[in-house]
Amino acid sequence: MSIFVDENTKVVYQGLTGGQGSFYGKLNRDYGTKVVAGTSPKKAGTDVDGIPVFANVGDAVAATGATASCIFIPAPGVKDAVIEAAEAGIEFVVCITEGVPAHDEAWFFNKLRRDFPKTRLLGPNCPGVISPGKANIGITAGHIAQAGGPVGIVSRSGTLTYQALYELQQKGIGVTTCVGIGGDPVPGTSFIDCLRAFEDDPETKAVMMIGEIGGSAEEEAAAFIKSSMSKPVSSYIAGVTAPPGKKMGHAGAIVSGGKGTAAAKMEALRDAGVEVGLNPTEAGELMAGIVAKL
Amino acid sequence: MDLFEYQGKQLFARYGIPVSDGAPVTTVSEAVEVADRIGYPVVVKAQVQVGGRGKAGGIKLAADADEARTHAENILGMDIKGHVVKVLWIETASDIAEEYYASFTLDRAAKLHLGMLSAQGGVEIEQVADEDPDAIAKIHVDPVDGLTEQQCREWVAAAKLNPSATEGAVDILMKLYQAYVDGDADLVEINPLILTPDGRVHALDAKVTLDDNSLFRHPDYTDYDATQVRDAREEFAHDQGLQYVGLDGSVGVIANGAGLAMSTVDIVNQVGGSPANFLDIGGGANADVMAGALSVIVSDTNVRSIFINIFGGITKGEEVANGIVQALERVQIDPPIVIRLDGTNADEGRKILEPHLSDKLQMQPTMLDAARTAVELAGGNRK
Repeated sequence: MSIFVDENTKVVYQGLTGGQGSFYGKLNRDYGTKVVAGTSPKKAGTDVDGIPVFANVGDAVAATGATASCIFIPAPGVKDAVIEAAEAGIEFVVCITEGVPAHDEAWFFNKLRRDFPKTRLLGPNCPGVISPGKANIGITAGHIAQAGGPVGIVSRSGTLTYQALYELQQKGIGVTTCVGIGGDPVPGTSFIDCLRAFEDDPETKAVMMIGEIGGSAEEEAAAFIKSSMSKPVSSYIAGVTAPPGKKMGHAGAIVSGGKGTAAAKMEALRDAGVEVGLNPTEAGELMAGIVAKL
Repeated sequence: MDLFEYQGKQLFARYGIPVSDGAPVTTVSEAVEVADRIGYPVVVKAQVQVGGRGKAGGIKLAADADEARTHAENILGMDIKGHVVKVLWIETASDIAEEYYASFTLDRAAKLHLGMLSAQGGVEIEQVADEDPDAIAKIHVDPVDGLTEQQCREWVAAAKLNPSATEGAVDILMKLYQAYVDGDADLVEINPLILTPDGRVHALDAKVTLDDNSLFRHPDYTDYDATQVRDAREEFAHDQGLQYVGLDGSVGVIANGAGLAMSTVDIVNQVGGSPANFLDIGGGANADVMAGALSVIVSDTNVRSIFINIFGGITKGEEVANGIVQALERVQIDPPIVIRLDGTNADEGRKILEPHLSDKLQMQPTMLDAARTAVELAGGNRK
């Protein structure tokens, strides 16, 4: 099994006719993802390499039965795109777009929480989700992921997500699902959402969690692991040596007022029984040790 | 993007928040001119984006033109914790009966906006939070509903301000929330928010951080961008569209992706070296981007070696390798380079790099090996 998406998930790509949308839409379809539709208000009725394009998500859902969407729309249009998907009944919205204003993210997070509780948002500013061998929604390179489990991966950083997949592949360890939650201040899906789903997934036997400086998401995850997880977890936190007050690329990655340091996060995770590596390779080795003992 | 006090006050004024009459100046004669116009006594305030400027002598009261001139002369050009004062804000002096604190920011854990109000203003709010957390009245605001006046009144009551400040505080806080939301701010903070002896409530300072991601709907914010304080390296990188943070070490770092770049900085430190920078070149790694990144790195004279750490995802190893080879033909690089190339088609990429390898261009199989080599080439461990 896998979490969030599998080989039966039908996906509509919002912004399929754009450069990024068509590139990754086709790549994801070639991987095996059921890419059933795209949307573009001006190009309805056309197709992208055989994928039919509709005027909006509602039309696409009515015609294809899509239950998931993937957003490649530029930042100014993301707020409307998320709500459009939710109103059309989409249950899982993956937003790849980066550069979305924090106030928009806070607004649609709360709008979904209140009015569309059945819709889960992943992102914005995330690499997406891959259940290796089943479905790949987003920009992860499919061939660096080994199918079959027993490890689930959740990560706040794109390239470190790939690095984690690759470390495990090098060791011959498979992955049930790898979720990139993104590095923005208000991610639609949190570490805890993913940890809970992995805990409930019978095929996932252990979880690798990649965090970074800023905010308190890793500390909250640590508390959840301590109280509610039976499965072993290995972790790595990027930004151990980041200077305070400097934003390290991600909108969320900043140590301010002495809060959000890697040291505090690693301490909280260790306290929850998590095996913490000092770099991605070490976290991979720790996971290999965990898997060997399963 | 952090605003200077004068920019914050100008932004507040747009939303009707009462601030003192004043103007920003860059010369002594302008300072006196403004002071003469707005009337004495005036306050001469250093415009730097760092705390503790009052203690450093960067804020002075002037009773007349002579004093205004003296203070302006002293403060312009002053170095406050490494920030050189280039702009002064001259404003009419205020009589202060009480000092409060007010702010709005995003509570990332609750995923709601957070307002903080305290009757203990004028000092660091972290200090108040540590010593007397009950002295801060907090309110969570759902972004979908916004702040209602009823909520705001209850919040002000909870903060136990002087009753004569209630109406003024409610009015300012409603406007401050508007400025926070409509202005796409990460933070708006007034410290101190003052009550004057004649019962007016008034913003005596302004601290504003704007969300860089919101520039598309605030074209006027590009004016603020022009006054941002960056060191020469950061300015150069910004012009190239690169995510760069200057550090003070000797190993130049180039990586693709923010997480990997942070991780690279970490690993250089872990093996005993000191990184010169954080530099994220993003997903692609074509010759233009790589050449730009290398020029930024070598503009830093402290750099003794360069560590290029690329993980090919969608971008294939051979594209990355070709980008590096072409960039090296275009940019003159003196410090030795260590490359770690992994991920998609890494073998193909390494084959392309192989004929170009030398003492000045080395390749290592893992992040750890590459970091060790780069640190060694930079002159070994600092410890």
